[in-house]
Amino acid sequence: MSKRIANQIALALLWTSALTTVAVLFAVILYVVVNGIGQLSLGFIFTWPRGVNAEGGVWPTIVSTLYVTALAMVIVTPIAILAAVYLAEYAVQGRLVSIIRCAADTLASVPSIVMGLFGLALFVEAAHIGFSMLSAALALTFLMLPIVMRTTEEAIRAVPKYIRWGSYGLGATKWQTVRRTVLPAAMPRILTGLILATGRAVGETAVVIYTMGQAINMPVSPLDSGRPMTVHLYLLAMEGINLPAAYGTALLLMIMILGFNLSARYLLRRTRKV
Amino acid sequence: MTRMPAPIVSPTPAAPAPDGPDKITVKGLEFYYGDFHALTDVTVPIKSTAVTAFIGPSGCGKSTFIRCFNRMNDLIPGTRLEGKVTLDGQDIYAPGVDPVDLRRRVGMIFQQPNPFPMSIYDNVAFGPRLHGITKKSELDDLVRDSLDRANLWKEVKDILGRGGLTLSGGQQQRLCIARVLAVQPEVLLMDEPCSAIDPTSVQKIEDLMAVLKESITIIIVTHNMQQAARVSDFTAFFLQEVAGEAAVLVEYDRTTNVFTSPRDKRTEDYITGRFG
Ligand SMILES: Nc1ncnc2c1ncn2[C@@H]1O[C@H](COP(=O)(O)OP(=O)(O)OP(=O)(O)O)[C@@H](O)[C@H]1O
Ligand SMILES: [Mg+2]
Repeated sequence: MSKRIANQIALALLWTSALTTVAVLFAVILYVVVNGIGQLSLGFIFTWPRGVNAEGGVWPTIVSTLYVTALAMVIVTPIAILAAVYLAEYAVQGRLVSIIRCAADTLASVPSIVMGLFGLALFVEAAHIGFSMLSAALALTFLMLPIVMRTTEEAIRAVPKYIRWGSYGLGATKWQTVRRTVLPAAMPRILTGLILATGRAVGETAVVIYTMGQAINMPVSPLDSGRPMTVHLYLLAMEGINLPAAYGTALLLMIMILGFNLSARYLLRRTRKV
Repeated sequence: MTRMPAPIVSPTPAAPAPDGPDKITVKGLEFYYGDFHALTDVTVPIKSTAVTAFIGPSGCGKSTFIRCFNRMNDLIPGTRLEGKVTLDGQDIYAPGVDPVDLRRRVGMIFQQPNPFPMSIYDNVAFGPRLHGITKKSELDDLVRDSLDRANLWKEVKDILGRGGLTLSGGQQQRLCIARVLAVQPEVLLMDEPCSAIDPTSVQKIEDLMAVLKESITIIIVTHNMQQAARVSDFTAFFLQEVAGEAAVLVEYDRTTNVFTSPRDKRTEDYITGRFG
């Protein structure tokens, strides 16, 4: 077999595989869009559910989802950044740091339903917080923390050495160097990691189903319970009460997550030019 | 084989600078990276308000040596230094000397231009702000003055708010020079500052060095023999004769002497391009 034919076959294989991936993505998106687009209206987005919560809109579930996500990210962000700065810049690189890193990676791969169960036992019951935004946010924190910490650490490590040298060379202390040059230089990638994590939190179902409750409710205080979009979608579909509304909710969720991912990409691309 | 090296310097070299006092002295310096002995028995003065060039083949420890003057090597784990390095007569490796304070007095320019990812103005104001200057008018003056001394003011005076990384490589390097000048160092270390930039910027940097050396002590590492001959008053030639063994200072003298009548055969071979 000539080299040229081998080359052509390899190319065809690569091309087909790439095409398959893209095709699957578009099939899913198209399916949800076709089935859900008829539902989408300002009324659907901004009104409350009616009847047995199967008719009407989804507004409180959107608020619940955004509420718990925002609360979780407010807790996750500072802890993750401080931990990552410590690991990347201060900790003596050795056994202990490898163990912490390995633990974070393992934690990140715990199935989210296990994390939900843990959140139920720890926050809802043992700590008597009850089904609430706070319980759900804390459980989400457990899920997001290792992910955000690792992406932040990678972002910090990716800052070129000579940027640090420039700062030290001007008589900056270690902390000044970290705060004024390393973190700003790493910020685009840190933010990207945060936004991607936010997208994941928005789509998370297993953790919140155990910790937030299911009652349709407009959360005001962190101790209020509520029903996130993912759980609403699950109930609409599983109980077969209103499939079109389920697709409408699914489409809304996808649009939100897509929005997060695209803004992350935009941010990365824009700041690369500075 | 000719006895006399081909003259590299222009036939009418700049008038030799008067032998000023020593800004820095190095006595019996030994330097180690862990088990690797990088430099041995280096003793050399660095003359005040003059340009001293460090030359030698790749890997002979020029960067290592220049980093000894602002204790940048402290940042590399496992390094060790023996011997004595003084700045204005004061031992900079004595206990109690804070390398952070030392680096304000001894600024450094690296081979790779390394502006911070922030505006041109903020890059230059970075050092002064570190050291507690916050008044806008004072910062404005410092930024303008430093950019001017770095031969960059004319090119950037209308775009001070633009990101430092949007400049060309040569402009970035001059921005880094301005950034260092803004903390008003007494000594400027330049490790191959011109090897990654365009000829116009090289010219501008050589010009500014000629002005700066009136008030600042400059050390430059360069692979470019013509550049060493053009810009420096004194030259130190380093050589690692056997791979894996410590490098030594082979010859130190006025630049004109080193380039026209080197005392050591190895110096002559190097500057005539016979190796390295
Ligand atoms: N961080 C380090 N750890 C261990 N060894 C090092 C380190 N930096 C440099 N060396 C070694 O020290 C010796 C001198 O290196 P140095 O970078 O000072 O040479 P140089 O003269 O600046 O070379 P070049 O002209 O290529 O820049 C080399 O053998 C190098 O491998
Ligand atoms: Mg070097």
